[in-house]
Amino acid sequence: MFFLDSIWLIPMFPLLGAAVMLLFGRRLEPQHDQGPPADDHGGHGGGHGRPAGRTLVNILCPGMVLLSFLFALGAIFQLQSVEGHSYEVVKWTWLAGLDSATGMGLNAFTADWGFLLDALSAVMILVVTGIGFLIHVYSVGYMAHDGGYYRFFGFLNLFLFFMLVLVLANNYVLLFVGWEGVGFCSWGLIGFYFRKQSAQRAATKAFLVNRIGDAAFVLGMLLTFTTLGTLTFTEIGPALEAGGFQIENPWGPLSLLTLFFFIGACGKSAQIPLHVWLPDAMEGPTPVSALIHAATMVTAGVYLVARSSEIYVLAPNTMLIVAVIGALTAIFAATIGLVQYDIKKVLAYSTVSQLGYMFLACGVGAFWVGIFHLYTHAFFKALLFLGSGSVIHAVGGEQDMRKMGALKDKIPLTYKTMLIGAVAIAGVPGLAGFFSKDEILWKTFSAHQYELYALGLITAMMTAFYMFRLIFMTFHGDNRVDPRTHVHESPRSMTVPLAILAAGSILAGYVGTPIVFGPVHDMLPSLEHWLSSAVVVADAGEHHAAILEWGLMLLSVSLALLAIWFAMKTFKTDRYAGEPMHGILGKRCHQLFLRKYSVDEIYDRFVVKIGAQETGSQLGQIDRKVIDGAVNGVGKLTRRTSSLTIFGDKWIVDGLVNTIGYGVKFFSYPIRMFQTGMVQNYVLLFVIGLGVVAGYFLFE
Amino acid sequence: MDAILFSAADFHVLKPVILLCLFGCGILITDAFLIRNRADRWKNAIPALAAQVAVAASLVQHLGDVRSGGAFSGLNGSMQVDGFAVFFNWLFVLAASLAIVISARYMGAEGEHRGEFYALLLFAQAGMSVMAAGYDLVVLFIGLETMALSFYVLVGFLRDTRRSNEAALKYLILGAFSSGLLAYGFSILYGISGSTNLGEIAKAVAARSEGDLALFLALITCSVGLLFKIAAAPFHMWAPDVYEGAPTPVTAYVSVASKAASFALMLRIFLTAFESAAEAWMPLLGAIALVTMTIGNFAAVTQTNVKRMLAYSSIAHAGYILLGLVAGNETGLRGVAVYLLAYVFMNYGAFALVAALRREGEAAEDIDDFNGLYHRAPGYTILLAIFMLSLTGIPPLAGFYGKYFIFLAILREGYYLVAVFAAIYVAVSAFYYFRLIRACWLLEEGEQQKPAQLDMNFGTRAALVACALLTLLIGIYPQPFIDLAGESVLAALR
Repeated sequence: MFFLDSIWLIPMFPLLGAAVMLLFGRRLEPQHDQGPPADDHGGHGGGHGRPAGRTLVNILCPGMVLLSFLFALGAIFQLQSVEGHSYEVVKWTWLAGLDSATGMGLNAFTADWGFLLDALSAVMILVVTGIGFLIHVYSVGYMAHDGGYYRFFGFLNLFLFFMLVLVLANNYVLLFVGWEGVGFCSWGLIGFYFRKQSAQRAATKAFLVNRIGDAAFVLGMLLTFTTLGTLTFTEIGPALEAGGFQIENPWGPLSLLTLFFFIGACGKSAQIPLHVWLPDAMEGPTPVSALIHAATMVTAGVYLVARSSEIYVLAPNTMLIVAVIGALTAIFAATIGLVQYDIKKVLAYSTVSQLGYMFLACGVGAFWVGIFHLYTHAFFKALLFLGSGSVIHAVGGEQDMRKMGALKDKIPLTYKTMLIGAVAIAGVPGLAGFFSKDEILWKTFSAHQYELYALGLITAMMTAFYMFRLIFMTFHGDNRVDPRTHVHESPRSMTVPLAILAAGSILAGYVGTPIVFGPVHDMLPSLEHWLSSAVVVADAGEHHAAILEWGLMLLSVSLALLAIWFAMKTFKTDRYAGEPMHGILGKRCHQLFLRKYSVDEIYDRFVVKIGAQETGSQLGQIDRKVIDGAVNGVGKLTRRTSSLTIFGDKWIVDGLVNTIGYGVKFFSYPIRMFQTGMVQNYVLLFVIGLGVVAGYFLFE
Repeated sequence: MDAILFSAADFHVLKPVILLCLFGCGILITDAFLIRNRADRWKNAIPALAAQVAVAASLVQHLGDVRSGGAFSGLNGSMQVDGFAVFFNWLFVLAASLAIVISARYMGAEGEHRGEFYALLLFAQAGMSVMAAGYDLVVLFIGLETMALSFYVLVGFLRDTRRSNEAALKYLILGAFSSGLLAYGFSILYGISGSTNLGEIAKAVAARSEGDLALFLALITCSVGLLFKIAAAPFHMWAPDVYEGAPTPVTAYVSVASKAASFALMLRIFLTAFESAAEAWMPLLGAIALVTMTIGNFAAVTQTNVKRMLAYSSIAHAGYILLGLVAGNETGLRGVAVYLLAYVFMNYGAFALVAALRREGEAAEDIDDFNGLYHRAPGYTILLAIFMLSLTGIPPLAGFYGKYFIFLAILREGYYLVAVFAAIYVAVSAFYYFRLIRACWLLEEGEQQKPAQLDMNFGTRAALVACALLTLLIGIYPQPFIDLAGESVLAALR
């Protein structure tokens, strides 16, 4: 079982690439890295020759990812013959120091550098390495004119390393290593254009919002450990059984820990109320948006929930919260997506919205459907992002759709592939998005969550609408491109990945055809069946009439088609004068969506300003102002009373110095001293502290 | 007892202390008579490092003896060499070596390069060594004061710098005040038990009744005195001023070694003498730990001076470490040891970089001074990022483990609310650590002319790389370090 035993190598290849790039990469640049230009694409079209060192980067970095992909394929091929579709490789024990004498049934606890390949991680590594490879190839063309080439590829490879650790880890602690690592790389890549203030701000924001989720993740992890005594995935199931845990209603430790995990997932996967970082993350280069902020990293939260499915099914109340937050995020982000002008922002909100769908699926107990949508979404969203990158590339760095239009004949390949992506995400039958989205809606409906079903249905309609708004505004109608721009199709290294992803967007859904397709369903491979060894797959339960499922499918498809038709009517034929969305939504609503419900402003006002800055500066000043002020009165009193004590002399002297002051030569130096915090005030606080401590002991 | 006043066994116990004192005195002499040239002053670092090697050798001996024959004591039981003492002595050796290495260049840049500096570093270390191994109130107090007196001078070593003088004076006044309180507490303990030996005191304390006033008085004064030394709120006021004013290598030394030594003293006293009164002091220390973390983390957010920021961060770290003692179980104490070990490397790394930015005529201690560092020195920036991430507590770096064990320990004791706050503050701390990393990448348009410069010599470079490698190594393969820490803790529990 060569490949299975080498699964630990899968993350190591990109790490090697990253190490070479980050340590020696500078030498490969002809001139030292002076940083990329402030403008995202200022260098494009400059057309200076390709330095020799770059050829090495171009071979090494995508090559490493390709190797990972091949190893992943080999390992998954061999996995099929393993019983239970699960294979663990433990390299060495990482944490085992908790075993002695503490009891509490924690004796066997270990966390290893161990890797687990099962049906779930198999799907994930295929997505990560496969799409990761395509995006690496694409980046060779896209980043060709940017400075910091080696830094970009180094971080991108490092990201893949952490992401693969995340999905291959066999315990929560190692998963957390990957979890933090991808956050760090995301920070580095969002801020790639570090001369741009906005890029830096976005990077910091992303990191900080993620940290909130991470704190919850840590709590969830610790609670898991104290409740179940293990953090290894394969031992969770037996531990739940041995502990005799029942379905918790309403609340219990399992509900709490799953809730903590979900908050962690909200941070990483940009769910309400921690969604604010993802749209800003679009400041990064477009391939980064495609890989990290659409196809892989942001789906880690969904992976986490699916990975913990055994615990989640015992916590119905958390499940409900997951489903509700998912559905709300889906519709909330979709409404904002309706009115954006920046082509990448539309896709960003669309991503948030689609992630909401995935959580909705998990929340109604259909974990495999969540993963299914994750997998199809990776294809079409990566395709759409890369397509948008190709458009931006073509029009010289412009991202505003109001300054595009009529591009379909000038960049035909980009147009065709993006159209496929749009059709796929809109849910037109036959393409990937249709199968996964419809399955989510159906599962929601059959779980009797009719309100959530309605939200999902409306979101689906909006999705179709804003996506075709994007297509028509960009490729059809009048040409509004700056006439000085030379519009050109992208190089082969960019268009070939687009074509492959387009093929994927068409075909990827056929592993999850609905049961009502009958013979077609039986003939094709079933993702549900494959994943059933790794995540909890609910029993079919009560049977609904097939006619009902057909009917609902017809409903959602016709709504999607209606939305597409409406988008076409509005944006294709319209001369694009004024603001059609204004008329459709009404002024109030339009403003509300355009301002993104003012969530950023609210956070800035209440969390950043009052919560952090004010509190922080108050506490920071405590030795300067607060104490000074509060103490003045008490100070005098102390000085008098202190003369009675054995320490009195010293403080009297100090007190005299204070009042007599500055003339005395011996103490002449510290004018500063009186400003930066007087030592007697320190002592006073000391004494007050002493009083508190004494009071505690005496009155306890 | 009357037969031999000072036996060979006593000598064996005291060997590290004796070596440090001898080398320290030797440096004073060689500096006065052999080193004539100002530029040759750095050579004083050589005997100082040799002292560390000698101490390390005797520690290896000690460790061997402890492993084969268990703990042994000397000087009529007033010093005790056990795993605990050896572990902390290792920390001091590491901290002192790193301090010596980064001082050589820094003190030259400050123009205050004199032999006493190294001698004082060694004397302080001798004091700490006594604090870790002492088993008698008088001995412990002597150790504490030896350390503190050396630090008062070291903090004020930059004679021409006001801030340095001011810091030294504040440190002296407040330090004397807290030492006075501690001595008062010690005297009450002596009154209770009629002995200065910790073992005897523990017995006497255990025999006292629940609400005994004398015992309370002793607890109050001892805990306040010790809390001052570890800079726990509300007795932390000295730390930011002292850290900011002191020469950077001394700041690093105070923040790491003196803190570790004070924790050693605190663990010794609370886990032996006051062990039977644990019910009384645990909730109090828990509350203090929470307040300390709150003040440290939030105040750090608004600092613009890196040393001041690291000072508040070190206050916050003291809060976390204190939680390990509050939990009081083995996991927690092991966490304390691991935390302190990791803290040596990550904190020294951070301070070494701050020290390297110092050049003649330029303080370069503001966060803004780090602007654009990445474009000058990408390698060192990556090291800085490693240290900051480790201080935040992100796995798989060393800083993660201390927090991990301590969180686990407090959860096991059922202090859920405390755990929630501690975890939230980790998120807060990410903010200020990250601000520094962010600054390194920051380069505003047209602001090319003043990028940050690092001034490195071989020693600093080696120290930095060693710190970074160990930060990574402890993170990725922590088992041997955790075992080492566990060994020392078990000794303390006996």
